[in-house]
Amino acid sequence: MAYKTVVEDDIDILVCGAGLGGTGAAWEARYWGQDKKIVIAEKANIDRSGAVAQGLYAINCYMGTRFGENNPEDHVRYARIDLMGMVREDLLFDMARHVDSAVHQFEEWGLPLMRNPKTGAYQREGRWQIMIHGESYKPIVAEAAKKSADKVFNRVCVTHLLMDEAKPNRVAGAVGFNVRTGDYHVFKSKSVVVAAGGASNIYKPRSVGEGAGRVWYAPWSSGSAYGLLIGAGAKMTQMENRIVLARFKDGYGPVGAYFLHLKTYTQNCLGEEYESKWWPGLQEIVGKEYLDPEVSHATHRPIPTCLRNHALMSEVNAGRGPIHMVTMEAFQDPHLEEIGWHNFLGMTVGQAVLWAATDVDPKNENPELTTSEPYVMGSHATGCGAWCSGPEDISPPEYFWGYNRMTTVEGLFGAGDAVGGTPHAFSSGSFTEGRLAAKAACQYIDDGKAEGIRVSQQQLDDRKKEIYKPLDHYKVYRNEITAGSVNPNYINPRQGLDRLQKLMDEYAGGAGVSYMTNDKLLHIGLKKLKLLEEDLEKLGAEDIHELMRAWELKHRHLTSEAVVQHTLFRKETRWPGYYYRGDALKLDDENWHVLTVSRRDPKTGEYTMEKAPCYHIVEENEQAEAAEA
Amino acid sequence: MPTFVYMTRCDGCGHCVDICPSDIMHIDKVTRRAYNIEPNMCWECYSCVKACPHQAIDVRGYADFAPLGHSVRVRRDEEKGVIAWRIKFRNGKTDMDLLAPITTKPWGKHIPQLKDVSGPTQEMRDSQLLFNEPKYIRLDDGGIHTLESNGLKMKEGVYY
Ligand SMILES: Cc1cc2nc3c(=O)[nH]c(=O)nc-3n(C[C@H](O)[C@H](O)[C@H](O)COP(=O)(O)OP(=O)(O)OC[C@H]3O[C@@H](n4cnc5c(N)ncnc54)[C@H](O)[C@@H]3O)c2cc1C
Ligand code: SF4
Ligand code: SF4
Repeated sequence: MAYKTVVEDDIDILVCGAGLGGTGAAWEARYWGQDKKIVIAEKANIDRSGAVAQGLYAINCYMGTRFGENNPEDHVRYARIDLMGMVREDLLFDMARHVDSAVHQFEEWGLPLMRNPKTGAYQREGRWQIMIHGESYKPIVAEAAKKSADKVFNRVCVTHLLMDEAKPNRVAGAVGFNVRTGDYHVFKSKSVVVAAGGASNIYKPRSVGEGAGRVWYAPWSSGSAYGLLIGAGAKMTQMENRIVLARFKDGYGPVGAYFLHLKTYTQNCLGEEYESKWWPGLQEIVGKEYLDPEVSHATHRPIPTCLRNHALMSEVNAGRGPIHMVTMEAFQDPHLEEIGWHNFLGMTVGQAVLWAATDVDPKNENPELTTSEPYVMGSHATGCGAWCSGPEDISPPEYFWGYNRMTTVEGLFGAGDAVGGTPHAFSSGSFTEGRLAAKAACQYIDDGKAEGIRVSQQQLDDRKKEIYKPLDHYKVYRNEITAGSVNPNYINPRQGLDRLQKLMDEYAGGAGVSYMTNDKLLHIGLKKLKLLEEDLEKLGAEDIHELMRAWELKHRHLTSEAVVQHTLFRKETRWPGYYYRGDALKLDDENWHVLTVSRRDPKTGEYTMEKAPCYHIVEENEQAEAAEA
Repeated sequence: MPTFVYMTRCDGCGHCVDICPSDIMHIDKVTRRAYNIEPNMCWECYSCVKACPHQAIDVRGYADFAPLGHSVRVRRDEEKGVIAWRIKFRNGKTDMDLLAPITTKPWGKHIPQLKDVSGPTQEMRDSQLLFNEPKYIRLDDGGIHTLESNGLKMKEGVYY
């Protein structure tokens, strides 16, 4: 293929993917590295890319220390109980102690934050959430990133990280291609911050056909953050912790503002409260430590998100669906009604379109809820991602290897969905993690750790060949058939995606099997993933756009394999409601109060799994929690 | 809710092509107007709808579950810093207008150039501080939170 090669050399900090994490990294990098060369490589256009493309109606992570509302340790306790004990507390504390500064910056930049007229503090939606008019959240942070970066390469899909040939396990940049011109892009860089987002569409979505794009996490979230890191041999953690969300049916409209601010609630088809009915049985699975409704009631300690899913699913399976969100009461108040609609228009327009199309006016009718297919992400109520170093002053030795948010590959940093063990970071926390990673990357370079990097022409040529292979493959075999998309020599990216989704759904606990799996199923799943991997070598891409879909699929495949390996390794059901191991239904603290860590050997594709200690840095403080709530 | 483009309104300017995060708005080679090449990868994020200067792009509910006959239209006004929505139900009974701010400040002026601000000292580099901290954290003289400052200590006991 006669595509041009565009080389960007002498980069200090390369930001791969500029959603919330990447824009935070680019912005902050300029302060600590005023003379450094900062470059962004982004698959879409940074003005509207990533999960926040449509905007958001809330910032879900804000302490409010300034208003005496919360301290970082309170947030750690919250995230810990929500994730059934399993988080990286050092990273969480670190994110939480900086996150307010990011939010205060956003306000200074013009993001409209709502204020409580009585207290003057930001309008709370819940204990951790504040309300915003966030339609232009992404353009605003993009402006900040553009001001800091030397160059922004929009429409460059990064496919691989470059590895240093002078020193093993050190990053040297990245390569990819422009999805419009087809040009081959080489970025030689001393450090790389990967912030390429989580993964939708690795499980068969509830929506099919034309509607397949109507997923909760954006359809362009291709798990590239994981694909790039796994491909480079970085260690990953918590990949079994994929998330299932309770959402408005078909439109996937978020329920946060509805529950928290509009005070709506759910009921079964008979109009009954159903959740509490499931707690005794569930307590037998997870133990009193993680589910004690009395304590939750007294202290306002939340019931973990996954357990609430469990109650919803169990009620539906018992034949008492659909579950309804009771909106008819709240929506009688015109102010709350307006908020209910704005909430969707600012963040999930599709839900508004759906209600308009089906004549569902929540003022007169309680809409249906459902649980979504699983997603793999590290910044919402779940913590998939890379095993990263924490900050010097908080992290125990096992969690600290020098540079904050650096993965186990030298010079390679993560932010947002890319970082494992840091759930409940959301948009503001992802941006904050980008800032932390950028400061550490500058330090890494200033310490001379990136000296002597060598990348051979051979490495660049090999990658180039690999990237365009699907186009060549298509060209060679296309004319063997008359017309159509059925060819014995290749499958196209959509066909590959359908296959991936079907097998993940059926073997790795998707919605189609009520999120249930076991050792046998997972082994079959792995075998089929291997076969798919072989076929991915024979993908056929008709044009550059399809080539992008091909690489998205390959990143999704790597992500999926990690999910299956982790789920297989953790022989317990830690998060009922996210997934179930039918052969190990109980939460087993004796053997599994640990973080799971994996590494895929980039040469052989073999996985090694290990357990890592789960340190509790922040003490329990039920008394204080009760007083603050 | 995939997008579609009205033939008579589109002039092929390409703003939608430039912005779509899913890379699915393309210019048709024959008509030289835009269209959605892959509706099943459209998130109905409305980025293209907002970007089109001629209101040529519209959205209709996914054929999988949405009947015809509704509309959700939008106008985003950068100058005024507002966004206006109009929702029409298919039964014609409900027709709503909603307006929201998108920014409180003019674009392009309020975000500083960090290469022009005075650079960090060595002490700041060695600390846990980020740009403009601690000021931006508490807006008082309380510094950064540490385990000590917050009266915390590492809990004994590592679980394997
Ligand atoms: C519907 C919805 C509602 C939400 N509600 C809230 C809320 O109310 N409050 C809140 O705080 N958070 C909310 N979130 C979560 C928040 O959006 C995410 O936590 C956050 O955006 C994650 O940041 P990130 O940088 O990791 O990923 P993203 O912001 O998704 O950024 C990833 C970036 O990487 C780019 N990219 C991907 N692959 C590649 C590649 N191969 N090469 C180059 N670039 C690539 C993408 O184009 C994108 O720009 C919501 C998310 C969704 C989807
Ligand atoms: S609505 Fe969003 S995803 Fe769909 S075509 Fe427009 S910009 Fe692309
Ligand atoms: S932005 Fe509007 S007018 Fe311009 S190409 Fe797209 S649809 Fe046509």
